Amino acid sequence: MSRIHVTTKINGDETEFLCEAEATLLDVLRDELGLTGTKEGCGTGDCGACSVTVDGRLVCSCLMLGAEAEGREITTIEGMATGETLHPLQKKFIEMAALQCGICTPGILVAAKSLLERNPDPSEEEVRYWLAGNLCRCTGYDKIIRAVLDTAADMRRAS
Amino acid sequence: MVKVLLWGSLADLADGAREVEVEADTLRALLDGLARDHPGLRPELARGVSVSIDGRIYNDSWFTPIGPESEVVLLKRLQGG
Amino acid sequence: MALDDSKKPREFKIVGTRPDRPDGIDKVTGRARFGADMVAPGMLTGRILRSPHAHARIKRIDTSKAESLPGVKAVVTRVDFGAVPDHVADIMDNCMAGEKALYDGHAIAAVAAISPAVARHALKLIEVDYEVLPHVTDVDEAMKPGAPVLHEGRQEETVPKGMSGNVIARAEFGHGDIEAGLKQADRVVERTYRTAATHQGYIEPHACLATMGADGQGDLWVCTQGHYMVRNTCAAILGLEQGQLRVTASEIGGGFGGKTTVFLEPVALMLAKKSGRPVKMVMSRSEVLRATGPTSSTSIDVKIGMTKEGRITAGFAELRYQGGAWPGSPVNMGAMSGFAPYDLENVKTVGWDVVTNRPKAAAYRAPGAPMAAFAIESAIDELAKGFGLDPLAVRLMNGADEGTKSSYGPTYPAIGLKATLEAARKHPHWTAPLGKNQGRGVACGFWFNFGGDTCVSLNITPDGTVTVSEGNPDIGGSRASMTMMAAEELGIPYDQVRTIIADTGSLGQNEVTDGSRVTFAVGLATIEAARAAKREMCRRAAMIWDIDEDAVEWEDGAARPAGPNAGKFPPMTIKEIAAVASNTGGPIAGHHEVTAEGAGVSFATHMVDVEVDPETGATKILRYTVFQDAGKAVHPSYVEGQFQGGAVQGIGWALNEEYIYGEDGILQNAGFLDYRIPVASDLPMIDTVILEIPNPGHPYGVRGVGETSIVPPLAAIANAVSAAAGVRMTQLPMSPPRVLAAIQADG
Repeated sequence: MSRIHVTTKINGDETEFLCEAEATLLDVLRDELGLTGTKEGCGTGDCGACSVTVDGRLVCSCLMLGAEAEGREITTIEGMATGETLHPLQKKFIEMAALQCGICTPGILVAAKSLLERNPDPSEEEVRYWLAGNLCRCTGYDKIIRAVLDTAADMRRAS
Repeated sequence: MVKVLLWGSLADLADGAREVEVEADTLRALLDGLARDHPGLRPELARGVSVSIDGRIYNDSWFTPIGPESEVVLLKRLQGG
Repeated sequence: MALDDSKKPREFKIVGTRPDRPDGIDKVTGRARFGADMVAPGMLTGRILRSPHAHARIKRIDTSKAESLPGVKAVVTRVDFGAVPDHVADIMDNCMAGEKALYDGHAIAAVAAISPAVARHALKLIEVDYEVLPHVTDVDEAMKPGAPVLHEGRQEETVPKGMSGNVIARAEFGHGDIEAGLKQADRVVERTYRTAATHQGYIEPHACLATMGADGQGDLWVCTQGHYMVRNTCAAILGLEQGQLRVTASEIGGGFGGKTTVFLEPVALMLAKKSGRPVKMVMSRSEVLRATGPTSSTSIDVKIGMTKEGRITAGFAELRYQGGAWPGSPVNMGAMSGFAPYDLENVKTVGWDVVTNRPKAAAYRAPGAPMAAFAIESAIDELAKGFGLDPLAVRLMNGADEGTKSSYGPTYPAIGLKATLEAARKHPHWTAPLGKNQGRGVACGFWFNFGGDTCVSLNITPDGTVTVSEGNPDIGGSRASMTMMAAEELGIPYDQVRTIIADTGSLGQNEVTDGSRVTFAVGLATIEAARAAKREMCRRAAMIWDIDEDAVEWEDGAARPAGPNAGKFPPMTIKEIAAVASNTGGPIAGHHEVTAEGAGVSFATHMVDVEVDPETGATKILRYTVFQDAGKAVHPSYVEGQFQGGAVQGIGWALNEEYIYGEDGILQNAGFLDYRIPVASDLPMIDTVILEIPNPGHPYGVRGVGETSIVPPLAAIANAVSAAAGVRMTQLPMSPPRVLAAIQADG
């Protein structure tokens, strides 16, 4: 069993790790690096709980090998707040009760942030389709969609 | 004496009576009395039942008081999710 | 002290507002620790070998090759557990098969190894010699004489002689005379309805981390709806003393009833015991779907008679629920709840509990009720529409009220059914125009709600802030509601209270987070614990003022002299009393332990608009409104969230979700790609209307709200789809091929 040496950047920090060839990025984040904010709900790319961005692109970290992180920039939920200052989406999700159990929340926040970076003024339909890859079983999505739309409006006003 | 309403198929096990009378002033006395006077009910009582007393459902509290005029209904043991 | 418990409507300061939840930051930053997020030094990975057969005799298991694989530290089969007490025998059998594998995915053996790769390899080295047996997965097939029988000797005395051994129990409920009632009807609808098994679909797979010493002391970290239940069940299975097993509940990533029993936990403890090392086990999604508890699939006959004015003259339903491989489907609750919204002279239901070669059904949000409501509310809708009557008016005409003798026996106290119907009738949704291929459906639903064993301990810290310890995992914001109720009762700000979920070593027994019980029962215990602390603080103030303790009352977070005769003293705040607690008798706390009874029943009415594509049979939900009685909404946002979440789970059940078994008895869609739960783009906003008819059994009037919301949607959507498609749908899910076939068959 020879492990692969990988050099990457995670949430802005230069990071090195060794991983098995078959280890997913999700396995590495959770089991090697202790970044357990990224969740595994299915392991097959169907639930979005493991959403991270790789070089700015939204991916399911369960569908990417750890070795593929070489030379990339990864952002996880742990990189979303700055110190004690929450990202506006994080604040809004708490304010508007856009989570119940909270297991899907990291993935949904990472995905929603990625949407707002591309499209600061999404329609309800655009938010719904962008988040269609992130399963939530508790909320029926209503408060999640409202929170994303509300945050987008706040961020537009602030900019 | 307290009148106890049984569910339909439970009546078959109490010699067909939908309503039976038991000397009881608490839930425990009620359950003991039913088992004593109606041996056919014992397997169902052993599996566990819920009891509605005046419209409120009780599962466990032995010493819940039951008045002579209380409406008492035996229910299949209830379970939530 | 004098506590005012008079019946006048209470003015709340905190209850009814919408503060931020106390665990919010943890959950939006990824800091919250769920089941799979815990590690321990020297931890091993545990994995389970599962049956590839639906029904098979296990003739031999040879684990020797797996045991000798380097890196394998323990292998466990059923033999390791020995005999277990009767009350946990079926649970044991489900956690690890005995003589037979009873369903595809049934656990056969387990390993603990130094890495996931070694554990996976070890599973492949376990040799199992199966004698494959005929199987049955359909409820109606399983009831036929000659069907393959799963168990001998499990049939109750309630089942008539000569039926298949798979028929475990029969129960009959109701009152009046069905035949006489049907004779008074102008029309009778008689139909058979079917629903597929669905899974709770929590996003977090089951996970735990176990340690177990040779001294009989164990520790378990686990995602569960009830860590006390986990402790008691595992202790019984492993022959431990309950006090020696400490279970800590992780954050829980959804449960909906599916985490009210154990699957991995006893196995993890046994692996930990044999290996002498901590063992972590995490299920894959396919394991969750194959081997944890979905709900029953059902087959239900309904016969309802109605006069042309809309009065129901008789209601009959015969319900057949398969509950998987062991007795205990929720059929009785379906049979008792289906007609519960109505005031009927003649009503009868018969429930049959049936076993099949499927995973054992676990509780799923209002267990058993949604399917019964689907069948009965569909038939009522068909009758109403047949007479050209308004379906809401028909439900109001027949609706149960205070004093109604319910279909399951008791006479109702004040209930909220008619309030939900009236609210629905007045809502703009009811009169909004519909377009081509669109239909509107309504349905009512009922749920019992529960209480049960509950402990809360409330401590006043030296600086006068407050900690509340409770024993029920926070599955959807309950820390917020407990914090609010404690703050309300003490008269202090919300942010002066912090609520934690205590481990099993810290409180007495607590019933599982189920039955919509937590806000009701734990809330009640929290309020009583706060009252006990207030009494003590009043006593301390009385000592300081040297007046009688009855002359002190508590108001707005401070002890005060109760009247002009009590003496003139400035109020002593909680902080002032706490600061001198060491001088007045010691630390101050309140606690309350109770078996909470008297949870109030709950009703809802749902209204939904759909559009059915006649070319494809696909259904789109256009608009959805939930009307439900909450007793008193402590945190309205989370009450709305329960309404919305239940409605959407119901939408999935109605339109997409189903367990699909092949001829071989193997589950064909054990993944989220093929077992499709609703996604954001499937849905509109879910509107909610909260009714508040106080529950007299709770100091603030709270009723449980979590479960009722999944009862009406199956029927409401079926009624809407039937209206839109112009053909009555009687089978769930109403997937596009099924709807298209119905449209085409109808010509």
